[in-house]
Amino acid sequence: MKQVAPALRRKRLGMLDALLLLGAVATYFFADLYLALATSVLIMIVFALSLDLVQGYCGIETLGHAAFFGSGAYAAGLFALHVSPNPLLGLVAGALVAGVVGLITGVVVLRVSGLTQIMLTLACATLLYEAGNIAKSITMGDDGLTGYTIAPVLGMFEFDIYGHTAYLYAFAVLLAVYLFTQFLVNSPFGLTVQGIRENAMRMSLLGVRVGLRRLMLYTIAAALAGVAGALSAQVNNIVALDTLSFTLSANVLVMLALGGTGRLYGAVLGAVVFMVLSDRIAAIDPTNWLAALGVLLIVVVRFAPDGLIGVVDRFTARTRRPAPAVTTTQAGAPQATSTDKEVTP
Amino acid sequence: MTQSLATFLSLSIDGVAYGMLLFLISVGLTVTLGVMRVVNLAHSAFAMIGGYFTLWAMQRAGLDFFVALLVGVIGTMVLGAVLERTLYRWVYTANGLGQLLMTIGLAFIICAIAKHLAGTELQTIPVPQGLRGTWDFGAFSVSVYRIFALVCSAVVAFGIWLGLERTPFGAKLRAAVDNPRMARCVGINVPVVFSITFAIGCGLSGLGGALSSQILPLEPYYGLKYLVLVLIVVAAGGLGSLRGSLYAGLLLGLIDTLGRYYVPALGAFMIYLAVLAILLIRPQGLVGRA
Repeated sequence: MKQVAPALRRKRLGMLDALLLLGAVATYFFADLYLALATSVLIMIVFALSLDLVQGYCGIETLGHAAFFGSGAYAAGLFALHVSPNPLLGLVAGALVAGVVGLITGVVVLRVSGLTQIMLTLACATLLYEAGNIAKSITMGDDGLTGYTIAPVLGMFEFDIYGHTAYLYAFAVLLAVYLFTQFLVNSPFGLTVQGIRENAMRMSLLGVRVGLRRLMLYTIAAALAGVAGALSAQVNNIVALDTLSFTLSANVLVMLALGGTGRLYGAVLGAVVFMVLSDRIAAIDPTNWLAALGVLLIVVVRFAPDGLIGVVDRFTARTRRPAPAVTTTQAGAPQATSTDKEVTP
Repeated sequence: MTQSLATFLSLSIDGVAYGMLLFLISVGLTVTLGVMRVVNLAHSAFAMIGGYFTLWAMQRAGLDFFVALLVGVIGTMVLGAVLERTLYRWVYTANGLGQLLMTIGLAFIICAIAKHLAGTELQTIPVPQGLRGTWDFGAFSVSVYRIFALVCSAVVAFGIWLGLERTPFGAKLRAAVDNPRMARCVGINVPVVFSITFAIGCGLSGLGGALSSQILPLEPYYGLKYLVLVLIVVAAGGLGSLRGSLYAGLLLGLIDTLGRYYVPALGAFMIYLAVLAILLIRPQGLVGRA
């Protein structure tokens, strides 16, 4: 039933974007106590968007996306410590370093496909993790990189203890990244990349330099993940070794799968649901969170392979016109109950 | 001179024993990957289950080490078979990402359950009296248990090869892999063959987990902590190749042991560097299929 053509259709900013914007503004005014959580949700959305570019739009499977988040975070932390406390320059530094890491690992990773590719991304990320662990004189190893200060944004807005500035700053960055990815995936470049995902052979016969395009996209996505990492370094004032860990790579993959790949809303929705759920359940018991996450994953794979946004899509498609509703109702219903079930423990 | 040679020799034996254990833990995954094309990220969790079953059989039921080992392996096999019939069937036709997510979800659940039942502390399975101590040959000494683990793994490796190449079941399995539809046509019950294979794979990893608890101690997050190790052995060997897993296990075990001793500054770095190098030179692994 799923056709390629609608997937390639250009998408413009619409109602849903306005709703998301409204939600973010409402969070700022009404959920004052949760601003720290909301800020980390925003950072994770940036990170998930970057993964969506790689995984959803280009079909490159990766288990090591934290490599870019972490290198961006360390770059921004070290930049603030040794060069300049300017946050915007720090973001640029994070993006550049992560982009370079992406370019180098991309050359390695994109040579192969399938499971070998997954393993190579994993090996690259683990190498960086071990490097961060060994280079204690630079990264402070397990203790985490601390002791740097971040100057006020644009010289005016100082980071306050309530996290107001941090939230707005992260939100502004997210907005910029979101608009950029929106532009990117709808650009001729983005469309060719999606074409490559669907059929690389045909694209190369059409004269597209498949390898180069993939490498470009991989590098851009790495730079965006670096921005997310840099944001986290600036907002939290610490860079832990966790930012390079396998767990983070797995988590962001879960967020994206939860939301739905190949759609920017999927990354947004998945990150929000994952972060809020993990915060609520982990507050009770981290072990329960792990179990709940496991159940959630199995349920999503079983009943909503397109993720939550896929469910939403099918639902809106049904309300809009009398579509072939048989499969839609079946797949739509159990998902709703399953998410309810997750919240209760 | 002789002293350094002796050190090198005993380190090499340790490395080979470690490599054989790596092979034992990961060989089940090789089978699942090569045969059923399922990316089973919960595989090392099965190794942990085997270890815990063995430990419990010794502690709670007071069984002998070897009996407990048997109990652990059979317990893991039964659990593996049950899970295969229920959960894994769902993802046989799913795409790579779906398999990845479901199996890692399963690993999360197993970890959480293990933490509830066993607590968070590191545990090792006590070695029986007869396997303790070392054998000394002048300056050169080896741990008896390492030799025992090495022999066990070698026997298993030989057994798997024999089972696949020389038995009717092995022939059925290879037929079912190469062409499931045709295999069905000649009367092979493909789902049953797959279930048995999966169970055997789980049992092998359980055995590996139980035997290697001296090197990789049991803990609730075992299934996630050593997952990367298992995956790189399989990937470096070439997906689905038993011989490749053996070579990769041995090579990586040696590199890791020797590297940690001679270049301590690099620590765990060496093994990943080696994997990167192997996969760069041979993207399909040491004995990869084209």
